Amino acid sequence: MSEIDLDLAWDLHPQVSVRPEPFGALLYHFGTRKLSFLKDRRLLEVVQSLKDAPSARAACTAVGVPASDLARYSAALATLVRSSMVVERTS
Amino acid sequence: MTVVTTTRRAAEPGARLVDLFEYGLDAPICLTWELTYACNLACTHCLSSSGRRDPRELSTAEAKAVIDELEAMQVFYVNIGGGEPTVRPDFWELLDYATAHHVGVKFSTNGVRITPEAARRLAGDDYVDVQISLDGATADVNDAVRGAGSYDTALRAMRNLADAGMKNFKLSVVCTRHNIPQMDAFKEIADTYGAQLRLTRLRPSGRGADVWDELHPLPEQQRELYDWLVAHGETVLTGDSFFHLSAYGQALPGLNLCGAGRVVCLIDPVGDVYACPFAIHEEFLAGNVRSPGGFAGVWRESELFRGLREPQTGGACSSCSFYDTCRGGCMAAKFFTGLPLDGPDPECVRGHGEALLADRPEDRAGMPKPSADHSREAARRPVPIRIGRRPDPERPPVSACAEDPLAGLRIRSAAHSKETL
Repeated sequence: MSEIDLDLAWDLHPQVSVRPEPFGALLYHFGTRKLSFLKDRRLLEVVQSLKDAPSARAACTAVGVPASDLARYSAALATLVRSSMVVERTS
Repeated sequence: MTVVTTTRRAAEPGARLVDLFEYGLDAPICLTWELTYACNLACTHCLSSSGRRDPRELSTAEAKAVIDELEAMQVFYVNIGGGEPTVRPDFWELLDYATAHHVGVKFSTNGVRITPEAARRLAGDDYVDVQISLDGATADVNDAVRGAGSYDTALRAMRNLADAGMKNFKLSVVCTRHNIPQMDAFKEIADTYGAQLRLTRLRPSGRGADVWDELHPLPEQQRELYDWLVAHGETVLTGDSFFHLSAYGQALPGLNLCGAGRVVCLIDPVGDVYACPFAIHEEFLAGNVRSPGGFAGVWRESELFRGLREPQTGGACSSCSFYDTCRGGCMAAKFFTGLPLDGPDPECVRGHGEALLADRPEDRAGMPKPSADHSREAARRPVPIRIGRRPDPERPPVSACAEDPLAGLRIRSAAHSKETL
């Protein structure tokens, strides 16, 4: 999976802690004990918006990701899904 | 934020994590916190020269105040060690306090207190991870370094954890000349107990300085270890401690960066903050958590830490084509073997450290000594005493450890009142 389904609803894994940093953010998963990082602030905003957005696409749009950049953000989210930092929201 | 932002590189797309971290973070990602110098063992290579408790160790309240700070700074987790941290009477209380305050805990133990009951408690907590230390896959290799009976203690602890259903705890091994041939056997032990293997580098720190020459892996063993690590990839943890081996070729998984004072540090049992767990020496002392600014003040304001966050020059290594991968290796390993900090690592895989090591005086005179030695052996050394007349014959001397609020108080009528009793 190199991109996620942008029309599904996603969220951060409940055991993931997010720490904003000047370069983006650090993510730590207490379940897998893995550290990850976000290399830009907008990606951080996207990730933080997932929870309340009906879809990942809506989360991207809400924080001003231009349509031409959607594929790039989708790929970044896919990386986070692979490491279980971001999971599909079922409720 | 003033100074920090001017030196911090903007996040360019595609920037490597290591480049961003070189300039340090506002808070450590994780840090090592040694809760006590007390230990039931006396491992020959102990990084912190532990053995006896220090009377100045942080109280429960002071330790909780540190945890409050770590929570505010959003430090994800602490690596708790010692000494043997579980011998502190408030160990479990501090563990619960940390996890209740969103600070995850990984703690290292020789297993002495990991009873079936303790194991059940640990298995039920998602925010706690345990590292059992074992430095030989067989009792003879392990006990030669860690002391008689320590192999059995560690294996019993692992069995208790496995029986309690604890998954993926760590089997933590310091790699030595004698256990490098046992890597497959360690992996087998870890697999047997559902644990994950974690290998770390032997440092010439603490008592380790005294045994490093005899214990550190031989050059051909370093290659063997590197190949083993490459073959096992991310299934084996290394605490990022073998980045000096990256100069063999392919970089090992991890940051491959000396995180000292940039993304990690050490808090010792008396609250002293050092750049890293392997550098208990005045040279790397940044401050104390008991100072007015607390831990955050030390992390953010210490001149030592600010210096470590400046771009480092490669010194004698800068012309080496492998500098970009090994970055000159481990600062503490260089320091305690008496090598210049801007030169090669003593275990430089290109062999540049060996020549320098050969120049050390035979008796190792002039080598830096750790600031603190709590070894039980040290207590048996002669203690200098002064003999003389009491300055005040009516006033008995007061021990430095006297806790009585009336200690040293002179009551003239004391002799009389005793008679009336």
